[in-house]
Amino acid sequence: MTTVKPKVDVVIVGMGWTGAIMAKQMTDAGLTVVALERGADRDTQPDFAYPKVADELEGSVHRKFLQSLSQETVTIRHNPADVAVPYRQMGSFKPGTGVGGAGTHWSGCHFRALPEDLKLRSTVEKRYGRRFVPDGMTIADFPVTYEELEPHFDHFEYVCGTSGKAGVINGVIQEGGNPFEGSRNRDYALPPNPNYLGAEQFYTGARNMGWHPYPIPASNASRPYVNPYGCQMGPCNFCGFCSDYGCINYSKASPNICIIPVLRQRKGFELRANAHVQKINLDAAGKRATGVTYLDAQGREIEQPADLVLLCAFSLYNVHLMLLSGIGTAYDPNTGLGTVGRNYSYQNLNRVTLFFDKSVQANAFIGNGGAGTTMDDLNGNQLDAAKSGFVGGGIIWARQPGAGPVRGISVPRGTPNWGTKWKQAITDSFRHSFYFEVQGACMSYRQNYLSLDPTYRDGFGRPLLRMTFDWNENEIKASQFLVSKAQEMSRTLNPLSMVGDAKKSGSHYDVTQYQSTHTCGGAIMGADPTSSALNRYLQSWDVSNVFAIGANAFPQNNGYNPTGMVGALAYWSAKAIRENYLKNPGPLA
Amino acid sequence: MSELEDDSSTSPSRRRFFQSLSLIPVAAALGSCGEHSGGRTAATAAEKPYEPAFFTPDEWAFVVAACDRLIPADEVGPGAVDLGVPEFLDRHMQTPYASGAIWYMQGPFLEAAPEFGYQGRLPLREILRVGIAEMDTHCRKAFDGKAFVQLAGAEQESLLEAAQAGSLQFEAISSKLFFAYLLGEVRNGYFADPAYGGNKGMGSWKMIGYPGARADYMDWVTVRDKPYPLPPVDLAGKRG
Repeated sequence: MTTVKPKVDVVIVGMGWTGAIMAKQMTDAGLTVVALERGADRDTQPDFAYPKVADELEGSVHRKFLQSLSQETVTIRHNPADVAVPYRQMGSFKPGTGVGGAGTHWSGCHFRALPEDLKLRSTVEKRYGRRFVPDGMTIADFPVTYEELEPHFDHFEYVCGTSGKAGVINGVIQEGGNPFEGSRNRDYALPPNPNYLGAEQFYTGARNMGWHPYPIPASNASRPYVNPYGCQMGPCNFCGFCSDYGCINYSKASPNICIIPVLRQRKGFELRANAHVQKINLDAAGKRATGVTYLDAQGREIEQPADLVLLCAFSLYNVHLMLLSGIGTAYDPNTGLGTVGRNYSYQNLNRVTLFFDKSVQANAFIGNGGAGTTMDDLNGNQLDAAKSGFVGGGIIWARQPGAGPVRGISVPRGTPNWGTKWKQAITDSFRHSFYFEVQGACMSYRQNYLSLDPTYRDGFGRPLLRMTFDWNENEIKASQFLVSKAQEMSRTLNPLSMVGDAKKSGSHYDVTQYQSTHTCGGAIMGADPTSSALNRYLQSWDVSNVFAIGANAFPQNNGYNPTGMVGALAYWSAKAIRENYLKNPGPLA
Repeated sequence: MSELEDDSSTSPSRRRFFQSLSLIPVAAALGSCGEHSGGRTAATAAEKPYEPAFFTPDEWAFVVAACDRLIPADEVGPGAVDLGVPEFLDRHMQTPYASGAIWYMQGPFLEAAPEFGYQGRLPLREILRVGIAEMDTHCRKAFDGKAFVQLAGAEQESLLEAAQAGSLQFEAISSKLFFAYLLGEVRNGYFADPAYGGNKGMGSWKMIGYPGARADYMDWVTVRDKPYPLPPVDLAGKRG
């Protein structure tokens, strides 16, 4: 028997970054909000407290801070003709669970999108001609501009204590920042973090190449900080337990430290942890959501009626819930019809590791997830796609989130995996190597999409989400191009040796290797209801009181980490809800 | 973290029991099943080797021998057996993790390309258990009835190399898969915090210069001209 709770104005599904942002904005507007989080409630104390966090076996093997796949996962296949199999062990991407979501175990890299990347298709077509975009590539312009998002990028950076150096303020180029970025209204909330050796060496290498290095904008506070909500952050101490770990120091921005402390004190806000939403309920006509149904910690079915349903789960699970609930039409790659599931994209990541002798103190155990050095000389408009031969650029960076031996120690090519030679190699390498990575854009394609799996079920009996994804020639070319540039730069630093390979022609997506958690698309925003699931305010075209906030909205992915863009889109959507939707509930576009 | 708290109450005595293992021949250690006097008064008890609770005596013998081959004691640093890695494995196999707590374990179990990861139905602890049995079966057939542990070190190494390459034909499991998980666990035990039974005295951390759970390097981020000076510290607060 289903228990029906009293109706509220807004029900939020998921309490990560977007859920926290929307809860803050909706309660600011005086609405009553219930947030349902499938995982446990978590906070710095006790969940991320020292010394427990400094435990690689728990963090990187038992994956204590990530989602367990036992009850919920996805199935994956390379193309629509294959049978998908489950993502059984965590590898390629790492969704979170619990209050704070992936916003607790992210690294902190906090970019804005480039203005031209938000107009990708029109930019490419204008510069290279319509025929330059390969057949089957389904890239699109975002239906929102950089200028429209600028105040929201800015606000989210100030909420997160983002530490960096502006490159362009009000159209004026600033020394030390990214000269190719979109113009911003003011500098970052905090100055950049100090450089570890690899980040410092990146400056040298990039200048050797004639590039324009700048500090990665990092939501890892470089100074004590109080954000606009009155939430406090402490300076990052480079503890080295960052990516995949909760922060011990109130330094890495998270919903838990930057927003939720305010929400917890609000009367109009209720957070229910261990509340696993099973579906969004629609009225008889399927045009209006009446609320959601969830299972509580005891497995009891509870219905939460609400006027407004905000999907703020991890991008993949937002799409899953829309497909399960019949919001919009499932995409069919054969006909190209349907909107939910289309344009799934990812991130094109490869690494180059540089080994030095014992006089070089790289100290890989010293780490800060977001900080480091990067460059945009091969990204956005700087990349001449006619010459490089692919669409979408990328960045090269030095990052050092903190290494430890359980997480793995890179060794020079030809080293055995065990025995005395391996021991010698890890001992020589551990403190005397660092790495650069290329982070390339990933375009969307007709055949890369999300759907419901016909065979596999989750722990609640629902079909698993099925991911159909593989690398296309465009991304393989991009990987080869960017890795060759990274290697060229690395050689100017005279390492003893280097390892690292680009994707080989014909190679397939490998789900066993961590690449990034930047799973994008599947419920994209667009200007046309026949080719997008959401309008420019992230509102469902089909059910106007449902909004799906997250990287699911990206028509394709650019060369940056998505969180800055995801936060800005959440504030953009919240503004539209507050200023327009609430006055006149219904389609905003 | 209750698992960790439990460990901290028992591990001092376990650590002492284990310290003797490296001093006595492996074969003798395998046969011994001495009473565990336990408790906090064990300081005066005779030092006895760790008693496996998950692995059978035959499995334990294999684990000890494999640990010794994969991470031998040498001039570079301590070996896996010195550091208690077999104990780590035995204890780790008893955790929910090794029973598949964070893996999706539902069928059907289809064959798929290696890019999709392990698709079988065995959790980690059974992968090791089944793999060890397969290795011994293979050895008995190929080496005149001898088990893995009865072979010379060089022969054991060749077998592990063959398993790594996937060229041993096992019946119930891929030898490559078994080896990959075995090596992963041996490395985990060698490098994880001593609270979990391996890495005794932070031996592996000292070897590579890892400061362990220190987790505060604000004063050393920009130091370039000298090696990081502090020794490791573990979760229990012990300094190496």
